[in-house]
Amino acid sequence: MEFKNPQEELERFRSRLAVAGGFVLFCFTLLFIRFVWLQIIQHDYYQTRAEDNRISLVPIVPNRGLILDRNGVVLARNYSAYTLEITPSKTLDLEQIIDGLAGIIDIQLKDRKRFRKLLEESRNFESLPIRTRLTDEEVAKFIAHRYRFPGVDIKARLFRQYPGGAFASHLLGYIGRVNDGDLEKIEGREEEANYRGTDHFGKTGLEQHYEFELHGNTGFEQVEVDAGGRAVRTLARTAPVAGNNLTLTVDAELQRIAEQAFGDRKGALVAIEPATGGILALVAVPNYDPNLFVDGIDTQNWKELNESPDKPMVNRALNGAYPPGSTFKPFMALGALTVGKRRPEQLISDPGFFNFGGHHFRDDKKGGHGMVDMYKSIVASCDTYYYMLANDMGIDNISSFMGKLGLGQRTGIDIDGESEGVLPSQEWKRKRFKKPEQQKWYAGETISIGIGQGYNAYTPIQLAQATAIVANNGVLFRPHLVNFITDTRTGKRIPIEPQPARDLGLKAEHIDVIRNAMVGVNKEGTGARAFAGAGYVSAGKTGTAQVYSLKGADYRAGGVKKELRDHALFIAFAPADKPTIALAVLVENGGFGAQAAAPIARQVLDYYLLGKRPNAPAPADEAAVEEDEE
Amino acid sequence: MNRGMGLAMIRNLVQRLIAPIDPPLMLIAGLLLLLAIGVMGSASPERLNSQLINVAVALVVMRILAQVPPQRLMHMAVPVYLVGVLLLIAVALFGDVSKGARRWLNLGFMRAQPSELMKIAVPLLLAWFFQKREAMPRLRDYAIAVVLLLLPIALIARQPDLGTAILVLAAGFYVIFFAGLSWKILIGMAVSALAAAPLAWNLLHDYQRSRIITLFDPEKDPLGKGFHIIQSTIAIGSGGIFGKGWRAGTQAQLEFIPERHTDFIFAVFSEEFGLFGNLLLLALYALLIGRGLMIAANAATLFSRLLAGAVTMIFFTYAFVNMGMVSGILPVVGVPLPLISYGGTALVTLFVGIGILMSIHGHRMLVQK
Repeated sequence: MEFKNPQEELERFRSRLAVAGGFVLFCFTLLFIRFVWLQIIQHDYYQTRAEDNRISLVPIVPNRGLILDRNGVVLARNYSAYTLEITPSKTLDLEQIIDGLAGIIDIQLKDRKRFRKLLEESRNFESLPIRTRLTDEEVAKFIAHRYRFPGVDIKARLFRQYPGGAFASHLLGYIGRVNDGDLEKIEGREEEANYRGTDHFGKTGLEQHYEFELHGNTGFEQVEVDAGGRAVRTLARTAPVAGNNLTLTVDAELQRIAEQAFGDRKGALVAIEPATGGILALVAVPNYDPNLFVDGIDTQNWKELNESPDKPMVNRALNGAYPPGSTFKPFMALGALTVGKRRPEQLISDPGFFNFGGHHFRDDKKGGHGMVDMYKSIVASCDTYYYMLANDMGIDNISSFMGKLGLGQRTGIDIDGESEGVLPSQEWKRKRFKKPEQQKWYAGETISIGIGQGYNAYTPIQLAQATAIVANNGVLFRPHLVNFITDTRTGKRIPIEPQPARDLGLKAEHIDVIRNAMVGVNKEGTGARAFAGAGYVSAGKTGTAQVYSLKGADYRAGGVKKELRDHALFIAFAPADKPTIALAVLVENGGFGAQAAAPIARQVLDYYLLGKRPNAPAPADEAAVEEDEE
Repeated sequence: MNRGMGLAMIRNLVQRLIAPIDPPLMLIAGLLLLLAIGVMGSASPERLNSQLINVAVALVVMRILAQVPPQRLMHMAVPVYLVGVLLLIAVALFGDVSKGARRWLNLGFMRAQPSELMKIAVPLLLAWFFQKREAMPRLRDYAIAVVLLLLPIALIARQPDLGTAILVLAAGFYVIFFAGLSWKILIGMAVSALAAAPLAWNLLHDYQRSRIITLFDPEKDPLGKGFHIIQSTIAIGSGGIFGKGWRAGTQAQLEFIPERHTDFIFAVFSEEFGLFGNLLLLALYALLIGRGLMIAANAATLFSRLLAGAVTMIFFTYAFVNMGMVSGILPVVGVPLPLISYGGTALVTLFVGIGILMSIHGHRMLVQK
């Protein structure tokens, strides 16, 4: 120790200790400041965050409203089922997880396909079902193995069910998982809070149009959760309010009979109660099973439905536009009376053709019908009469009158996405075509408009509506499917209609002329075979719409490919003196209206007016020949 | 034997048993242990019993070391250090991997974590080293000391175990600092350390880097790496001045605080006992450190002084790094809250330190006499 001064060394050591002690105090002061910052100054903020952590608002999805027919038959309902759901963001290897699940629960290829489709369409943090409708046994099995599958859980969910399957699918529509477009609609109505926890949304049909009625009010449960998100206890609860029920004007039994009447043919039928505009049946066939869409459709079914040449996803009643053919003639006649271009008894001579500027517009009947008045022109469906009439009226008169009947316009039915069809007019042509020479309306084009051909293209619902207007003496009621909405909370019924939308101001005697002539059609004209022996008086008109123009040659059904065959049409109302039902039938590629469409109308009217049930689809009456048409 | 003799014998025995124990240190450590039992009863009641066993073992170890004279410790310095380094090499070669780090050595009958040993072995060796340089230590001596320090640290950092490496580095540094390394060189080292930081950054593991990044902006990754810090600061902040009460901390009881019985136990304590609890804890640590520094100031030999000073400052390092990380002002490194966090190894190490302090205090007069 002689090399150093122990005292000095000790002093230095102690000074170093003092420095260390000072450093300790400095650091502890820093900590203390930090604690003051967190626990006093920022306390409120962290208090809130701790509460946010702890308390979770769990939405309780309300029961979706039911859809019932006019007699209370349930067309759409809900059932509760267990689903096996995966939250992709919480899993590492999705395929491995699904393979593992398949080891304990039956997961088929179609489940995987459907899941993959859902995955593409959804956000990563959503919980997506891999299997729905688990049995109790499957639930128990999974719970025993749950620890092996992080991010997979069993949930009890409400599912929509359409007990009729494909029945009435085009009017009911379906619900599917909420997508970006749906979110925009929800945000547009500021319903985000109410849709927390809802993962389905009406996609088409009534489910879409009345989405916000059917949805109901979401309830909330305030629960205390732990870090794993598991609920520890419930703090407060607001009960959900179920969605409102829809009661339709549709008669399910009539709808069923109408659908079955088509057999395996394609087409549409719309039956309206003329005095209210309430739709009694709205058929578009082929249809599809909306249940497929509820828990997400798998790719294969989706492809089949969309790529089928029969186009089952198209609602032909609202979105198919067809030339009306001869069903147009009663409306033409009514127009002529209204604008004063014809008197009922005025006679026209039909040589079998109409000559316009050297071009012969041919009548179906070789040699013509001879002398024809208005009654005969409708009963026998005389083309020449209407060639001449169209020429006399001119396109402006025709389009303005047909516009009043609602043709070529959306009817405003309570299903979204209805087509307009085409009401030919000078204005329409100007808008429709780009080249100036095509934009001009030629007088020759008016001629075939008169027999419901040419540019004419209307949806079946427009034809039904026009027929209903005639049946209802010129007063139009907006066609609608929902009769009333029942408020679940109060039980009060909120009627949707009927308020007359407009009165066309048609003269009763004019309508009588048309009605008489249409009664004549079913008594002694083109509809007589289909309506032979009916126990009621009905008014009707057959029609055949050209799909394929045969230049000069005679049309023979057997000689043309099925998809090029003419469309068969029929419009009718009954009983003729006090109509309770008006309808339009279209059978795609069905041939003559009298053959294919009129028998379907007969079955529908028989059931509606007499309660008579058919025992087979309406047979095509091959013997019926519409000698007067084409 | 009559009753009086028996009582005397028992009294004698108890006196011999408690004689080496320093009452102030024991009192402070005892209060901290009481707090520890309280917090454990809230954070993880099911571990309370096994932690009580750990405490008992640690107290026995402390009592044994309190009796070992500093000279004996000095003789053990070199062998302990060498065994420690050899074990660290063995870990690097044959160690078990757990959570991506190779820290454990399977000795057949038990699994050992040799890096823990180095927290005591390194200051022990360096104190011995400076004691051996009888003259005023020269720069060369400091250089040798630094090499002796960095060898085990390199091995520990490689495992990787950043927390332990920092603690061992700090322990060694304290010895060198107390040995009187000039301020000029200290400042020079600090400057060059800052300059070398980018280099060190490259040597860090990804998870270590992300911990540092997360420290500066935990909200960037709220569900991943930032989760620990966010949840612990929420726990502390929501505790307020008086705390939410024992076992009433929602962050703790609903398991939002991760590792709440080990490294993040301070968040549980702070949420339930608030700013007052924190102040109490800081005061107890400050008293413990103050007592330790006092023992160092009065120690008999250079070896004792350096060892006592370094061991005391280890307690500070543990406490500051842990509370700093849990409250979000230091990066998350695996350092427990001294005497409070669950775990036997760290507890034994800390009580070894307290035992050494007691021994140094108990033997402060012997040489001078």
